[in-house]
This record gives sequence, structure tokens and C-alpha cells, in this order.
Amino acid sequence: MDELKLYTYIAVFGSFAMYFAIAWWARAGSTSDFYVAGGGVTPMQNGMAIGADWMSAASFISMAGLIAFLGYGGSVFLMGWTGGYVLLAMLLAPYMRKHGKFTVPEFISDRYYSKTARIVAVVCLIIASLTYIIGQMKGVGVAFSRFLEVEYDNGLYIGMAVVWVYAVLGGMKGITYTQIAQYCVLIFAYTIPAIFISLQLTGNPIPQLGLGSTLADGSGVYLLDKLDMVVTELGFKEYTTNNMGGSLNMFAYTMSLMIGTAGLPHVIMRFFTVPSVKAARSSAGYALVFIALLYTVAPAVGAMARFNLMNTIEPAAGQNMDYAERPQWFKDWEKTGLLKFEDKNADGKIQYVADKEKNEMVKVDRDIMVLANPAIANLPNWVIALVAAGGLAAALSTAAGLLLAISSSISHDLMKGVLTPDMSEKNELLAGRIVMTLAILVSGYLGLNPPGFAAGTVALAFGLAASSIFPALMMGIFAKKMSGTAAVAGMCAGIGVTMLYVFQHKGIMFIPGTSFLGDMGPNWFLGISPNAFGAVGALVNFGVAFAVLKVTGPAPAHIQEMVDNFRIPHGAGAAHDH
Amino acid sequence: MEGNTTYWQENLRLIFICLVIWFVVSFGFGILLVEPLNAIRLGGYKLGFWFAQQGSIYTFLGLIFWYSAQMNKLDKKYNVEES
Repeated sequence: MDELKLYTYIAVFGSFAMYFAIAWWARAGSTSDFYVAGGGVTPMQNGMAIGADWMSAASFISMAGLIAFLGYGGSVFLMGWTGGYVLLAMLLAPYMRKHGKFTVPEFISDRYYSKTARIVAVVCLIIASLTYIIGQMKGVGVAFSRFLEVEYDNGLYIGMAVVWVYAVLGGMKGITYTQIAQYCVLIFAYTIPAIFISLQLTGNPIPQLGLGSTLADGSGVYLLDKLDMVVTELGFKEYTTNNMGGSLNMFAYTMSLMIGTAGLPHVIMRFFTVPSVKAARSSAGYALVFIALLYTVAPAVGAMARFNLMNTIEPAAGQNMDYAERPQWFKDWEKTGLLKFEDKNADGKIQYVADKEKNEMVKVDRDIMVLANPAIANLPNWVIALVAAGGLAAALSTAAGLLLAISSSISHDLMKGVLTPDMSEKNELLAGRIVMTLAILVSGYLGLNPPGFAAGTVALAFGLAASSIFPALMMGIFAKKMSGTAAVAGMCAGIGVTMLYVFQHKGIMFIPGTSFLGDMGPNWFLGISPNAFGAVGALVNFGVAFAVLKVTGPAPAHIQEMVDNFRIPHGAGAAHDH
Repeated sequence: MEGNTTYWQENLRLIFICLVIWFVVSFGFGILLVEPLNAIRLGGYKLGFWFAQQGSIYTFLGLIFWYSAQMNKLDKKYNVEES
């Protein structure tokens, strides 16, 4: 066994042993423990746990890779996935905490005084969360396939098994403490290689500053200027101005991710566990601090990875690398099938250009960039091993949090809340675990042919949450008169429009071959990509809800009083069941 | 109850201010005005590019903590703190 493998096994198994130990130590004993960790979590701890929960395979493995190839266009992920916290802190978290319930559908059913509203919310939540997990599964598959040196599909099966053992064992309480550990692992794993590479390329150890610095080769040229030059010479779009599908698409994309963030149940659920309304506001801030640590480093990782990749393949114009002399990381990734080379002009050298006819790097899966990055930059083996552990931590923590959200919405909201109210606690927990198992099987199956790169798939999930849950919650708090009928109509219209648009381009439930319009730019409405359509869906949701409200009349007086009550922090108690 | 209404209105005013800033730094500087801003440089960064990939995130952070602090003051002023 070579040194790299040994280190990777130590890092991955060591960190996993730690998570399992913590999960076992803090395992859930009761239903309330299973869902909300007993409420005794400080804003700082909660912020860290939210950070780990939030930063998934999409953030860790996929995002910087997408930025590397999209350049400026990748900004939608950076702004979209952080700006949502502003909305959460101001528009949702404090009021939902004050109301004091366990789950998002519970809040919706109280506020909109109807079981229909609760069922609709559960359905929206399941669709969004499942889509999200497909994205995670892609990330898990990539990480395991590289780490165990197997095909992507086998990596995915192994990942499914690990996620199952992990998520079914613990509940929220186990997950909260484990996630704090996972946050630490993933942030170290992400920033250490970035610091090394930034130091190597620019001499500045802080990646956020390194990205704006001059190259350390003595030329005095800024890194970003040089990168722009290199990529445009090969026919690619200029890195710092490459506008992804036009301003309108970028606008809608960012908006969709922002309001989707504020509408995703597994994130909102976290704010039910803080001790007070005051803590709910500051938790959002702490969460963003921990998230920003990674998100402000990501653009540097992306740009530098692209820079190193280009430089490795073509160190100087015209001096392309011989395929026979390709480095070890190249061979390793070829084994996974995620990196493919085809010698089109049979000169034995690697040509990587924008022109599809001449380009010989026929497949460079964006999701391998972050994991391959330290090896491309020739960093020490222990750093490469650390990144593998970090990527797995990110994917695992989010998958577990989402599975918990899905299982609680089915077992707690649907079965106990609506169908069989006299179910015992023990059966509720059992039902939750069965639901988790099914969710893993479904998302794993769909993960075999994911509708996009991990971050793109996750973006679709955000669009679905943005178009359904967020408007219903926001109107529930800010429009006192909003009635149940109107909100249900809004949610159905919003998610309906978004799903129709997404499925007609990406396939029904993402099954390949069922997309009747094809995933093509010319068929897009106003040039808005399916990933960005959640913003339009949200507008439809608001529009329909207010129109129906006009026709059917306002919510009853006692509901309006309830809204008045959760608008002020006074008298907040702990989260409680019915 | 009268006090609660003004409390809510002051809260709405704060939210409005924050969201205007939130919108301007991200959608404004980062997307709609990115081209004119890119003419200005911040070290190796073009300014519009910097707002899109760095500046907006720092601003979001500042906004949340400022809002929390202001709301804590407001809670005290209207005596609606949690017991």
C-alpha cells in the first residue's frame, strides 16, 4: 500500500470512527430528542451544526469546481447560498421559533388552520428534499469512487450503505454533536489546501487575498488577469466576465437559491432548537460566519484549480503534456470514469481547448476538481487525504439532516399528525427509520443518473423549495389576513409551475429519457434555466395566493391574533408538541 | 397592544433598510451593475467581480449582526423581551 492510500484510510476511517462514536454517545432516546436535540444547544454550537448541515457535497465537492469552469457565472452559488441567511434571520427564524413547533408543516398547519395545508407542505418538502439528496448522492459517489478506486456506480452503492447506517442510528441530538465535529473536519480539509495553493501561486497565505494578488513567479501579473489570458487564448470565455446565460438568468438563479435557502426544511428546523427568539436571530448570523469561512475561500479554490489544471496540461503555449507522461492523479481519476482523454489528432499529446472538434479532454467532471485540486498542485499526501475525509463529512452530514427532515415530515406530520394520531412514540420512531431507508434507496437509484453536477442538482431542489415553502411561510408571518385556502392555492401553483418547467427539461423525477422538451437553451422561457426557475415559481405563488385571498376573504380573527402573538418575542416557551 | 403595533412597524422599517442593502450589494453590484463596476480595480480583482464573489458575503454577515443588535434594543425599548 502506498503512502497516499495509507493516509487516506487513516483520515477517512479515523473521522468516521469519531462521528459514529459521538452519534452513539448522544443517541436519541425519545421522539423529541430525535427531532430537536432537547433545545439545549447554544447559538454558536447551533451555528456550527447548521454550517455542517448546510454545506453539503454541493458546497464542498462541487461548487468550487463549477466556479472553476464558469468563472464569474459561478457567483450565483456564492451569493445565492449565503444571501438566504439574511432572509432567514429577518423574515422567518425568529417568528417561527416564537411559535414553537417541531417541524415546518406543523407551523403551516397551525397558521393556515388546515390539514390540507399540512399535507401540501409535506409533499412540497419531500419533493425538494429528495432532489437535494440526489445531489448529495452524486457527491458521495464521486468521493467514494475515488477513495476506494472503483467505478462511480459502485462508489455510490457503498455511500448509500454508509449513509444508511449513519442516519438511522442517530436522531437530531446525535446529529447535532456529530455535525459540530464534521464542521471542524470539513473546514480544515477545505482551507488547508487552499492556503498551500495560494501560497504557492501568489505568496499570500490568505486565499481571499491571494486571489486578488500578483503571481509569485516574478512577472508582476495579477493571477486573475493571467487566468483570463490563458483561457481566452484556448477559446474559452474570459474567466472574470463569463456571464452565465445573461443577467436575467443570473438574477433569477441567485434569487432562487436565496429564497430556497430560507425555505428548506432541514435548515429551518435548526432554528426550532435554539433556546430563545433572540438566539434564533443570532444563530443565523453565526451560521453564516461559519459558512462564509468556506464560501469566501471557494472562489480562490476554483480559480486556482483552473489555473493549475491549464498549466499542467499546457505549461507554456504549444508545449502540451505527453499523455504517456501524465501525472498519477490523472490516471487515478481515469479509473473512476469521471475524467476521459481521447487522442483525436493522434499526436500523443493532450490538447485541452474550447473547440469541441479538437478538444481531447472529452470528459472533465466538474465534481472532481476540489478532490483532485491538491494532487494537481503537488501538495503533500496528508493534505490530499484530509480533503477526501472532508468531502465525505460534508456529504454525510447533509444527507443525514435531510433524511431526518423527510422522515420527520412523513412519520410526524403525515402519519401521526393526520392519518393515525394515536400512534405510539416507539412506532413513530420506527416509521421514521423505515421512511429514511426508502428515501436512501430512491435517491440512490436516481443518483445513478443525476440530472446534473452535484451543485446543479441541489440548485433544482432549492428552486422547488423557493417556489413552495418560502412564500407560504413569509405570507404567514407578514400578511396577517392570508387565509388557508389562498396559501394552499399559492403553494400548489408555485411548485406546480416550477416542477412542470423542470421536468419538461430534465425528465419526470429526473428519469432520463422522459424530458419531453429536452434540456436545451432555446426552449427556455426568457432564457431562464430550469435551475433558476424557482424565482419565477415563487412569484406565481405570491400572485396566486393574493388573488385567491381577494376572492375568498381573510383568515378568521383568532388566526390573526395568533400572528400578532408570534410577531413579538414576549412569552416564548420551549418548542412543544400539540 | 398599541405598543406592539409600533414595535412591529419599527421592525418592518429595519427589515426594509437591511433588505435594500442586501439587494444592492448582490443583485445590484454583483449582477446588474457588474460591467460598469468592473472598470474599477481592487488589486487584482475587478470590483464587480469582487462584489459578486467576496463583497456581498461580507455585507450579508454585517447585516445580520447589525439587525440582531438593533432588534435586541427594540425588544428592550418596547418591553417585549422573553421572560
